[in-house]
Amino acid sequence: MMAIASEWPRISALGTDGFLVTFADRLSEPANRAALAFRHALDREGWSAVEETSTSLVSAYLRFDPRGSSHAEIRENLAHLLSRKNWLDAPLPQGRKLWRVPAVFGTELAPQLEEAAQAAGLTPEEAIASLTRSPVRVQTIGFAPGQPYLGELPLAWDIPRQSKLTSQVPAGALAVAIRQLVLFPVPAPTGWRHVAQTCFQLFHPDTDEPFVLRPGDELQFEAVGAETLERMKADPIGGARAETLR
Amino acid sequence: MTRTLTVKRAGPGVTVQDLGRPGHLAGGLSRGGAADRLALAEGAALLGQDAGTAALEMAGAGGEFEASEDMRIALTGAAMQASLDGTPLVWNASHPLPRGGRLKIGGCEAGCYGYLHVGGGIESSLQLGARSAHLGAGIGGPVQPGACLPIGQDPGTRGTGMRLDPAPRFEGGSLRVVAGPQTGLFSRAQTAAFEAAVFRRDTRGNRMGVRLVSDAAALKPGDGLKVVSEVIVPGDIQITGDGSPFVLLSECQTIGGYPRIGSVLPCDLPLVAQASPGTAFRFQFVTIEEAVQIEHLEQERRLELGRSLRPLLRDPRTMFDLLSYQLISGATSGDDLERKYQ
Repeated sequence: MMAIASEWPRISALGTDGFLVTFADRLSEPANRAALAFRHALDREGWSAVEETSTSLVSAYLRFDPRGSSHAEIRENLAHLLSRKNWLDAPLPQGRKLWRVPAVFGTELAPQLEEAAQAAGLTPEEAIASLTRSPVRVQTIGFAPGQPYLGELPLAWDIPRQSKLTSQVPAGALAVAIRQLVLFPVPAPTGWRHVAQTCFQLFHPDTDEPFVLRPGDELQFEAVGAETLERMKADPIGGARAETLR
Repeated sequence: MTRTLTVKRAGPGVTVQDLGRPGHLAGGLSRGGAADRLALAEGAALLGQDAGTAALEMAGAGGEFEASEDMRIALTGAAMQASLDGTPLVWNASHPLPRGGRLKIGGCEAGCYGYLHVGGGIESSLQLGARSAHLGAGIGGPVQPGACLPIGQDPGTRGTGMRLDPAPRFEGGSLRVVAGPQTGLFSRAQTAAFEAAVFRRDTRGNRMGVRLVSDAAALKPGDGLKVVSEVIVPGDIQITGDGSPFVLLSECQTIGGYPRIGSVLPCDLPLVAQASPGTAFRFQFVTIEEAVQIEHLEQERRLELGRSLRPLLRDPRTMFDLLSYQLISGATSGDDLERKYQ
């Protein structure tokens, strides 16, 4: 075990102008927290050659101008920053938000609730209770603009993706697999099961704040009826409310 | 007066493109921008303007265009049949596009992405700091017949009637690759086979990426399908479930779960984007230090492209309608002389 543990965190070049700092070889809550905290620390460092930072589920990424700093310099700086603390124990960054998001579970709006509940060994009522009981964290944003991967769900939700893709779920669809939820910003085909429907628009390309969610934010879903959701469609964020987490 | 370029007709893959919008990876938005960034630099050099100036990218086929004012244009990237009021136009060159003249651009003769550049650039509205359509993200879309594209003011200092010799990039060849975080998932035998094999461009490919196929290399990594989703950059070579490499281009997704054997150097990506189905490639690993040096030299070369321009010479023996040419600077609508001297 020790030999494996000592491989992490790992610094690797990615492409010709980037580095990836990876905290584990599979998703875990501490590795995700470490990635978020390390990216936050990178942003605070403000190294002059760095052009962009982001996170994936278990890694922090930075892109830099190799004319401004060499790969050796950036690697050394990253190693130094890593050595400052045990990032797996690092607290989450400040300034994160908690979003309360109205959602219709099941019905014809989200036709795979029962199927997903069955896969998780729950009744539909238990499934709704499980998915609304506590907040889930934005583990990363990606694939499509503004699209969050949310977790980590209780162990019962370690259900596989469908072997066949659903040809299309609508924007605002909430889908589940492998102890994670995905909230779709645009209509998309997916192997994840569609368990709830929101009208939360996640990408606003014409505004100064195009991405509503940031990695580290938390979402708590609130079960509402179809009529309530219908009324919220006029709101660009679909009735969601945010508060800053302390 | 507002300068516009009217789209009379357009193929389905004609979009406004510039260098894209870097800096939004954390929001899940890839940089996007022109599939062949070298072609953007070549057009900018021909017209003497900034390499970030927006142009029309024409995937597969062009269209018909008409200018509201006299303009300068340049044609780069995939070679396409082009004519101005029926007179053929030389590709990889700059030309005058007189007001009312009808510019026709047909299908690709070689390559996949042709570019129409206009002096002053296309000045459609900025979204998140760029004009590029990003089809995957739903930003902008293909230009539609009837569209009037706003064109910027053109200082026009470099004139027209110039040509450049483009770096060859329609014939495939060697793609230089750097190792990445997941190269170690592949055995030495697999990376050796990856370098030894000849890959051909599959029929599947678009602005997101291009699939390559080979009979030779079995590249499935042992634990490949369990890889945790990781940050993707343009150039990354995903090895998909059947062992085929998929080279990601400017409009790729921002994270992905297929294991990646390495990344193609950005300066070699125009070869991938412009390859038509069946085009042959080999991959060759270089060190990160070599890659940085190669990229640096290519960036320097692109900045100096303007120095390599040559006048567009015509052979009078092949000019069947000599009188319709303005012999100093390229083709015109043909009735300019009459209009000018009436």
